[in-house]
Amino acid sequence: MTSSTGPVGLYQYDAVDREFVHERVEQFRGQVERRLAGDLTEDEFKPLRLMNGLYLQLHAYMLRIAVPYGVLSSTQMRRLAHIGRVHDKGYGHFTTRQNLQFNWIKLAETPDILGELADVNMHAIQTSGNCIRNVTTDQFCGAAADEVIDPRVYAEILRQWSTNHPEFSFLPRKFKIAISGSPADRAAVKVHDIGLLAKRNAEDEVGFEVWVGGGLGRSPFVAKKARDWVPEADGLAYLEAILRVYNQFGRRDNMYKARIKILVHELGIEKFLTHVDAEFARIRGPKFALDPELVAAIQARFAPPPLADLPGHCPEFEAAKASDPAFARWVATNTVAHKAPGYICATLSLKPIGGIPGDATSEQMEAVADLADRYSFGEIRVAHEQNLVLAHVRKDALHALWTELKAHDLATPNIGLVSDIIACPGLDYCALANARAIPIAQGISERFADLDRQLAIGDLSINISGCINACGHHHVANIGILGVDKKGVEFYQITVGGNAGIDAAIGDIVGPALPAEEVPAAIEALVNVYLHYRKDGERFIDTLGRIGIQPFKETLYAAAA
Amino acid sequence: MPLLRETGEAVADAWTILPDDRPVPAGGAVVVSLKRWREERETLAGRDAPLGVLLPSGALASDVAPDLQRLGLIALDFPKFRDGRGFTVARELRERFGYTGEIRATGHVIADQFPLLVRCGVSTVQVPDTAKLDQWQAALGTLTIAYQKAVAGEELPLSLRRFKVA
Amino acid sequence: MSTKAITANRLRDGSVVWYGKDGLWVDTVDRAAVYEAGAIDGALALAKQGLLDQIVVDVYAIDVKLSEGRPVPLRYREWLRANGPSVRTDLGKQASALAYAF
Repeated sequence: MTSSTGPVGLYQYDAVDREFVHERVEQFRGQVERRLAGDLTEDEFKPLRLMNGLYLQLHAYMLRIAVPYGVLSSTQMRRLAHIGRVHDKGYGHFTTRQNLQFNWIKLAETPDILGELADVNMHAIQTSGNCIRNVTTDQFCGAAADEVIDPRVYAEILRQWSTNHPEFSFLPRKFKIAISGSPADRAAVKVHDIGLLAKRNAEDEVGFEVWVGGGLGRSPFVAKKARDWVPEADGLAYLEAILRVYNQFGRRDNMYKARIKILVHELGIEKFLTHVDAEFARIRGPKFALDPELVAAIQARFAPPPLADLPGHCPEFEAAKASDPAFARWVATNTVAHKAPGYICATLSLKPIGGIPGDATSEQMEAVADLADRYSFGEIRVAHEQNLVLAHVRKDALHALWTELKAHDLATPNIGLVSDIIACPGLDYCALANARAIPIAQGISERFADLDRQLAIGDLSINISGCINACGHHHVANIGILGVDKKGVEFYQITVGGNAGIDAAIGDIVGPALPAEEVPAAIEALVNVYLHYRKDGERFIDTLGRIGIQPFKETLYAAAA
Repeated sequence: MPLLRETGEAVADAWTILPDDRPVPAGGAVVVSLKRWREERETLAGRDAPLGVLLPSGALASDVAPDLQRLGLIALDFPKFRDGRGFTVARELRERFGYTGEIRATGHVIADQFPLLVRCGVSTVQVPDTAKLDQWQAALGTLTIAYQKAVAGEELPLSLRRFKVA
Repeated sequence: MSTKAITANRLRDGSVVWYGKDGLWVDTVDRAAVYEAGAIDGALALAKQGLLDQIVVDVYAIDVKLSEGRPVPLRYREWLRANGPSVRTDLGKQASALAYAF
């Protein structure tokens, strides 16, 4: 293994990488100056600022900062806290794409903010725009017990390949790639433009199962399988072939039909793949090959956590669970198994009851940074469910960590439960939204405030989007909520049966659109239908699968009548 | 309109882009539309003077692939700078079809795209009369590092070895 | 016919502004100039000069009603822009001296 001494879990920037991000800051500084001087029109400037993560939202500019594959160091987290305090209003919002957004940014200050980020090897490159977006993956990468391949290495290779790609920076529309290295797929790969499942064959070689054309938004699609196996060496050539077909044939006449999922749908997957295969056949080979030395070199830039050699059984941990039921309950919901004996992965909930999903104050960010230093080798992850993770915690220290988390309101024991709600910023912040999302999440969370009741209900995902762009991933939630505007009034359309995992599915509409104040009661009614029919520890999604949508529909229509 | 080569230097334009309703002169370097090239191929190919074709956005490199020996210039029209199809056409002309003549970007492109166009194989860019040429030239040197190989040059594998490009 | 006002975001900092009576952009909606339907197109054309001067972006007209002689946005989206996020009433225009009580 490598003897690198840098931050754990992150790709170690070298002088060249650092130079690049600093040059990119100066490039953007020049672009801002040209915009303010009138040398660039807003129309021309907009894609440039978007490719640096800067949106114009309802109240101000919003800056979306990349957290590459969801991993950041305590130093980086402290820098985010600092930027939040100095350039924003003391808080940030962690997103479903493992990024961090600040809501109150000034255009004129943005180059300096990006400079402060570059000093800690961070940036906002390609977090927006019609380009290849920053790659997302599993929040437990490199730690989870069920992992087959550590996806960070390939996510980093994809980051480099896609950064300022000369051919693919002005695509028909945005392009999102997700990669998972575990069969559980915690990266929702089947609802991405390209989803990669890294795996090993019988000869122990690495390759990728490639899925294409998934996505949410106005026309949701679960991805279609493009290839069962693309060898590691050909991975980039195959992606390059897909992107090239998309760049040439993707629709540019209608932005709502410009994603690759529409091209795949309109051509049909067979015809689409005929184009891709022809391109792939032309370009595969030494020129585009990803050679093993290079993969090894990238791998070596990831410092593994210096884990202690511990026994699997930890008496202190078992004793703490036995004597402290609140701790035991938190362990049950907020931890997953680590691949190393004596360690565990802990999720820090950013979903306190009645809180704003994904929001963290600068003080909380600093607290998490300190806790990461003391409990997890200074490494932090962002989950696409808008929570944070300390991935390498010693079991014998977990009770102490939990005790400290409680003091910072980061220990709500609700991961995967009904109040672990994903919500986009919605109309409270977003210029595209039709309705608010956050207050709906707060209302549902408060209605189910009783944590014992939440535990009794069990695994249940609720996702809320404030418009059809579906940043809140409502389509793939067990219960999805979509905000719509009906003659200036906010209404909410409810779906059930969605799933983001390996059995990805799009939910079905289950009732009439409801006004905001009726949504929490409607959700409760759906939960009660499930509890009524539940058998033998079934999850909500299992019961729904068994009994069908009808009982849920009848309940909502009866309530609305 | 000023014409910049891939080095950023302003150069004289030896070519005339000919609207479809204008007769083709006997001599001189002219650029005709793809449509006209297809309709008048015999006449145009027999002409004893340099000939270029203007590809509308949406045309593919393969549309002119059989004729590349005859064509001294291929102009790519960018109707809107956000329409990035021309980047692929340029790269395919070079990499797939081995075209060695001039590839020119015309229409609406912005200075920030200049280095990317060059990296895809474009050799000249036509810029608006109002363009500040120093900004276009500066754009070429803003990022000195690339994570991908350019079309021209290296025989190394597609790399994540970072390249000095400026 | 409904009464209109004109809004935009300031280019440099993104903050929400409205077109005022003297042709300057103002920070609170209660100081926005109001127009009857027949006058809005002309006013919008004048306001859009601010795009060319690199002062504002995204200039458009909104529906307002008059409350005690002062304009109040009709659509909820515009009400949020005039006030700030409903989930953080400590932030935005609603939190400062610029706030205008609705």
